[in-house]
Amino acid sequence: MSTVPIVGVDELAARVPHGASLTVQKGDERDVPLALAHALIRRGVRGLHLITLPTAAYPASGMMVDLLIGAGCVDSVETSGISLHELGAAPRFSQAVKAGRLRVLDATCPAVYAALQAGAKGQPFAPLRGLIGSDLLRHRSDYRIIDNPFAAGDAIVVVPAINADVAIFHAAKADAGGNVWIGRDRDRLLAAHAAGCVLVTVDELVPGCFFDDEAWAAGVIPASYITGLAVVPGGGMPLTSEGQLDLDAVRSYRHAALDDGRFAAYLEREVFVPERLSA
Amino acid sequence: MNSSSGSISAQEVQASAIADLIAGARNVAVGMLSPVPGAGALLAAHLSGGRMRVTILGSREHNRFTNGGAELFDLAGRGGIDAFFLSGGQIDGQANINLVGTGDYPQTEVRWSGSFGSAYLYYLVPRVLLFRWEHSRRTLVPQVDFISAPGTSPPGVHRPGGPVALITNLCLFAFDRGRGRFSLRSVHPGHTLEEVRDQTGFDFDSPPEVPATPLPDGARLQALRGPVATQMAGIYPAFAEAVFGVRAA
Repeated sequence: MSTVPIVGVDELAARVPHGASLTVQKGDERDVPLALAHALIRRGVRGLHLITLPTAAYPASGMMVDLLIGAGCVDSVETSGISLHELGAAPRFSQAVKAGRLRVLDATCPAVYAALQAGAKGQPFAPLRGLIGSDLLRHRSDYRIIDNPFAAGDAIVVVPAINADVAIFHAAKADAGGNVWIGRDRDRLLAAHAAGCVLVTVDELVPGCFFDDEAWAAGVIPASYITGLAVVPGGGMPLTSEGQLDLDAVRSYRHAALDDGRFAAYLEREVFVPERLSA
Repeated sequence: MNSSSGSISAQEVQASAIADLIAGARNVAVGMLSPVPGAGALLAAHLSGGRMRVTILGSREHNRFTNGGAELFDLAGRGGIDAFFLSGGQIDGQANINLVGTGDYPQTEVRWSGSFGSAYLYYLVPRVLLFRWEHSRRTLVPQVDFISAPGTSPPGVHRPGGPVALITNLCLFAFDRGRGRFSLRSVHPGHTLEEVRDQTGFDFDSPPEVPATPLPDGARLQALRGPVATQMAGIYPAFAEAVFGVRAA
């Protein structure tokens, strides 16, 4: 039997403290826990520091992050990119920045990965090429330039480790022991390795143990890294279980997010109806 | 859409020009929000007879990485990516790019998505192609408001890579890294040098005679409207539908 608590999505959301730092995935895989984000909004969580790994610029991830920002859950975000992908800018994000309501720590993708890898190893920082001469570096007081200790005259940037309080993501399935299958997507594994608390929604719970078969085992996050699980069929929307994007759902979100009144109505209609995504 | 008829679209000309710019590369990567470069890269791979490998972020079929999103950057760090594509809300005459926003950072008047991998890949990938499909004085500016990634770096900064060209909806510029300047290479069919001068906010060099960007030939058009369009539909459904009239399976 699973040693990982299996709870409802609202109970999972209750484990995210106000003011927590929270990592979210980039959304090219079906890794965006939209149902959990809805639950966080219902719970009224405030003051989150979101860290996108390394971006939220695919339709699903952009939509979820924009929704959390628009709903007032987020104070600051560290990101290398937030958008609705082909559909353009993330409306609530852009508006919050312009209004000065959201603090943005602009990053570049490999810096986020390097920082997360350092966090996963328990190391204080990681070196990274590039960045010198970029305004990103100028505005990141936590990034430094050091001399390569192994080669004279070689300047290199170092970035501090990222160890988020909580990682949230969606996955297709977990087994009876609470092991979570992610396939070849190493990003969720890395997020789990670097965070203090890992909250996961899955479409289904399957019998048996993924470790009984090497082919499955290669794509698994061991249960020991998982803090809590909720079974939410369709919890990875707007990506369907076949991995297809429901573009109309994102278009409909974007239309709503462009206007304050429509956005409020969207929250009422789509978010404050708990059974909607888990039906 | 019938693959042998129909007028040639601007995107088809651009994709074909991109295919020429990356010809000979072995490993090409296409980042996010880059449908025309994606089509150009897939066309180049088609023309290479299997010698070019294209990795498209966001694609399942065109991504053979098994170590997550970090693998592209790790590989680029070792010199393993030959060509990549970057854009900017603003691009200036020194090839500095701005993906963050206009006005005073951080409370920018207009906020764009963010810098993505530019502040790293621009330094490390030998052949970076810039693209911008709105060629105007508000996009091609004398000086960007925010440098996501600089066009050139002073001696002493580890920089094996950088920009080689900028393609827009009007023309193609080559970039001289030594001089830190663009020079006009060709103007796309239907557009003029005067239009380019009028719409460009930065100084650039131009030869006495500016050639027209070549139109894709029949074989290229067939590839673009056939296999390339089908592959694009799985990655950029809205683009594939608008440009090639195909829908994702």
